[in-house]
Amino acid sequence: MTLSALLSHWMRNKVQLAMVLVGLTLATALWSGVQALNAQARGAYATAAALVSEDGAPRLDSATGQMPQARFIELRRAGVLVSPVVEGRVTLGDTRVTLLGIDPLTAPPGTAAALADGDLQGFLSGAGYAHPETLERIGATDMSPAPSQAVPVGTVLVDIGTAQNALGMTGQISHLLLTGPAPRPMPDGLRLSQPETGAELAGLTDSFHLNLTAFGALAFAVGLFIVHSAVGLAFEQRRGLFRTLRSLGVSLRSLTLALAVELALFALLAGLAGLALGYVMAAALLPDVAATLRGLYGAPVPGSLQFSPVWALAGLAMAFAGAGLAGGQALWRLWHMPVLAPAQPRAWAMASGRAMRWQMLGAGLLAALAVALGLFGSGLFAGFALLAAALLAAALLTRPVLALGLALAAKAARAPVLQWFWADSRQNLPRLSLALMALMLALAANIGVGTMVASFRATFIDWLDQRLVAEMTITPRDAAQAVALEDFLAPRVQAVLPLRQVDATLAGQPGAVFAMRDHATFRDNWPLIAQVPGVWDGLAAEQGALINEQLARRADLWPGDSVALPGAGEVAILGVYPDYGNPLAQAIVTEGWFDSLYPGTPTRQLAIRTDDPAATRAALLDEFGLSAQAITDQAQAKALSLAIFERTFLITGALNVLTLSVAALALFATLVTLSGLRLVQLAPLWAMGLTVRHLAGLELARALVLAGLTMLLALPVGLMLAQVLLAVINVQAFGWRLPLQIFPADWARLALWAGLAMLAASAWPAWRLWRGGGGPLLRVFANER
Amino acid sequence: MPLLALEDIRKSFASAEGAVPVLQGVSLDVAAGQVVALTGESGSGKSTLLHIAAGLEAPESGRVLIGGQDMAALPDAGRAKLRRGTVGLVFQQFNLVPSLTVGANLAFQARLANVHDAGFCTDLAARLGLSDLLARYPEQLSGGQQQRVAIGRALAARPKVLLADEPTGNLDEATGDAVFTLMLDLARAQGTGLLLVTHSARLAGQCDRRVLLRAGRLA
Ligand SMILES: Nc1ncnc2c1ncn2[C@@H]1O[C@H](COP(=O)(O)OP(=O)(O)OP(=O)(O)O)[C@@H](O)[C@H]1O
Ligand SMILES: [Mg+2]
Repeated sequence: MTLSALLSHWMRNKVQLAMVLVGLTLATALWSGVQALNAQARGAYATAAALVSEDGAPRLDSATGQMPQARFIELRRAGVLVSPVVEGRVTLGDTRVTLLGIDPLTAPPGTAAALADGDLQGFLSGAGYAHPETLERIGATDMSPAPSQAVPVGTVLVDIGTAQNALGMTGQISHLLLTGPAPRPMPDGLRLSQPETGAELAGLTDSFHLNLTAFGALAFAVGLFIVHSAVGLAFEQRRGLFRTLRSLGVSLRSLTLALAVELALFALLAGLAGLALGYVMAAALLPDVAATLRGLYGAPVPGSLQFSPVWALAGLAMAFAGAGLAGGQALWRLWHMPVLAPAQPRAWAMASGRAMRWQMLGAGLLAALAVALGLFGSGLFAGFALLAAALLAAALLTRPVLALGLALAAKAARAPVLQWFWADSRQNLPRLSLALMALMLALAANIGVGTMVASFRATFIDWLDQRLVAEMTITPRDAAQAVALEDFLAPRVQAVLPLRQVDATLAGQPGAVFAMRDHATFRDNWPLIAQVPGVWDGLAAEQGALINEQLARRADLWPGDSVALPGAGEVAILGVYPDYGNPLAQAIVTEGWFDSLYPGTPTRQLAIRTDDPAATRAALLDEFGLSAQAITDQAQAKALSLAIFERTFLITGALNVLTLSVAALALFATLVTLSGLRLVQLAPLWAMGLTVRHLAGLELARALVLAGLTMLLALPVGLMLAQVLLAVINVQAFGWRLPLQIFPADWARLALWAGLAMLAASAWPAWRLWRGGGGPLLRVFANER
Repeated sequence: MPLLALEDIRKSFASAEGAVPVLQGVSLDVAAGQVVALTGESGSGKSTLLHIAAGLEAPESGRVLIGGQDMAALPDAGRAKLRRGTVGLVFQQFNLVPSLTVGANLAFQARLANVHDAGFCTDLAARLGLSDLLARYPEQLSGGQQQRVAIGRALAARPKVLLADEPTGNLDEATGDAVFTLMLDLARAQGTGLLLVTHSARLAGQCDRRVLLRAGRLA
């Protein structure tokens, strides 16, 4: 009974109802969509780890990265339980995939599970297995693997013989998996290495997921602003109804209960809709996210989404929590409302004046917390807490700052209509302030993330130009071809610079040691962010090593410190170089020293300096007979790196647009809800001789002015956000710190968007006012008491 | 030529039972400096007639002439201009601008019409007993105080035609009499045509002419 009286309000205010539902739906959708993406990616890491590490079996490696198959037979004969693995990259269709060759008879159970439901006969005859998505990407080839969900995306699992043939590794294997106890002593030339557990991959990608989660949370918060403002306004409008019901004898308890049931009903409806929308959104974004994770971290993530009931329940719970958060204030106010509470707007204005003081106090406390976190906090979590505190503080300051701006404008105004315009804008600020806060947050997020990405891009492009000075790079098939190539090219080009690397643990982190030839190419171009004097001479004289920025920042190692390199002990750090896009630790030593430390390491790539890339290329193809795929020219490499970069921030861009649209929706909801109230405020002006057209124009102008003021406020907040992202979050998440750069053209574009969003939000109410003419305004004189 | 001429005005409102006629052929002239009292029982259509005379609402038939100018022939902007400078209206529900102070409300219409005179405004506020309330906002006033601000606002703009809907309805007898006298004095001194609605036979008796609206016609 009480409930139906309450609900009848929504039937008469359908737009308001729509806003509550849409706000909650969007909030739930954005949040749970991001969660679905994260869960999917994490699940994929686990699958990958289970297969790659073969149930966590340790490996036996040789220093050269290859060993004769005879080693396997020899060890098996000696009673050591090992299983051979051949691993390499091949091109199937137009796609590069990892070919993983195993011996099904000796393979550990984890790998065997991948084969469990397939037929062994088919496997042995060369068919193999691949994830359905890999199959889709490679299309029809002469090798036609069977689909299996247990194989990571981008990998084809085949019998070892098939892999040896395809990779040209007849009689050779890549490494051995240990399925029993380690042999003692360790056989000559072999090294025991612990498996990748997947935790490493998860650790590296954690920052990416945290970024996504933070965005999801921001979108959720902005969505709740809509719900909060709609529920709050509905509460104001139903004050009279509450009073009537109470004086008719409905108890406060059952009235509050009815309101709570109403909220729960909304949460359920919007939660279900939000889950559906979130699922669709995640499914649409997943291919990009997967591509980013593959490109940035080499993490194998399939591009199709799976449904999980736990995720659905969590999403629904968020919808309820959100509804409670957004509607809690209304419930609390109802609980404390005297039976005959006046329905005057003045009481509301006074209450919101008090609210403004609380907001300022809260903003002050949050700002202090943010400063404290900035000074004393460390770690990614502290970074995000700082961001959250600073953003909330800024959001709470929105209204006082706007009120101040409008008051100043009113002081300066001379014409009566202008005076009214400013005074009236200020009086309506409390009702608009939540939506404006949402707009401010969305704009600040756009400016902050946009500045971060643009700063990053500018630095990244510079860095690419410095790093990719070699006109082309060649990937030799094997060590022998590498030597042959070097001999072939030496007289034809200016320089051949071989790239050799060994995997190594540096200061406790996974990484690699690289060899660098002492050459002007590096001396003149290789970027450094910190160095000792005479760094290049020192490097050539085997006095120390260069390390990358990630390692330097994570382990706090700088020129003057030292780092332990495998086989070399503590080595002085001569310089630190930026190394964007790579999550691993790196150290570089001069070529000669590298070869004495890690003898026999094959050359992975050759960088070529030449005046005439076209001629060199032709010579390689025609005279040497190299396949075109083995040559990467500079432009290609740059394009590839930039593509990976752009993709990384594609999702950020999509979420930015979503947040801004949610804010625009909040504004629209508020303006539409307020338009009835506006009539009362506008009617006297119309009666005194302002045309409806003039009034509608003023309504639009007000929207633009508020958008402009909000944008002005969002600018410093956004820059602060960018600075925190660049100097705190990026350092923690990726290990590099970037200089903040300013892009006013982007701001102008954003301001334009904000203005358009605001115009779009206010256009409909203004249009209705204009089209309605005097009729609705006149009704004010007849009805309003 | 009368300042305000209403010729055979007809108006009805739609309701669930069909169109309900409210005004069924009302004709009335108000000359410069003339004060006309409009009486009639509640719901007889007095406010409706005033709204039509002010050009806020269009009659179904008949003509409204202000200074000989036909309202219906004017575009919206022209009617708005008349409301701004020529016709003043004191509403039954006051309709003050909620975001402006009493002082700003008093001066508002005069400033819109570009005839603002600060001295006259202060004088009016004093005579209406509003001097101490100038910094307040409308919602901080009692009904009677709001009514006096509404009257002051209309008088400050010195319109040629002043339409007042029960201007003393919320005032005690003494205050009502004082305000009524002020309106009459100003109208006569400035040559304003004043059409006012009142339920008080005593006040109506002080006017130049008295008309009664009944069953949609003037008697
Ligand atoms: N917008 C409207 N829609 C429908 N009917 C209306 C509307 N405005 C007025 N009426 C009706 O028209 C009639 C005249 O209304 P009006 O307000 O002009 O009366 P009034 O003489 O001013 O009454 P009072 O002395 O109570 O102020 C009333 O019956 C009223 O119900
Ligand atoms: Mg009336």
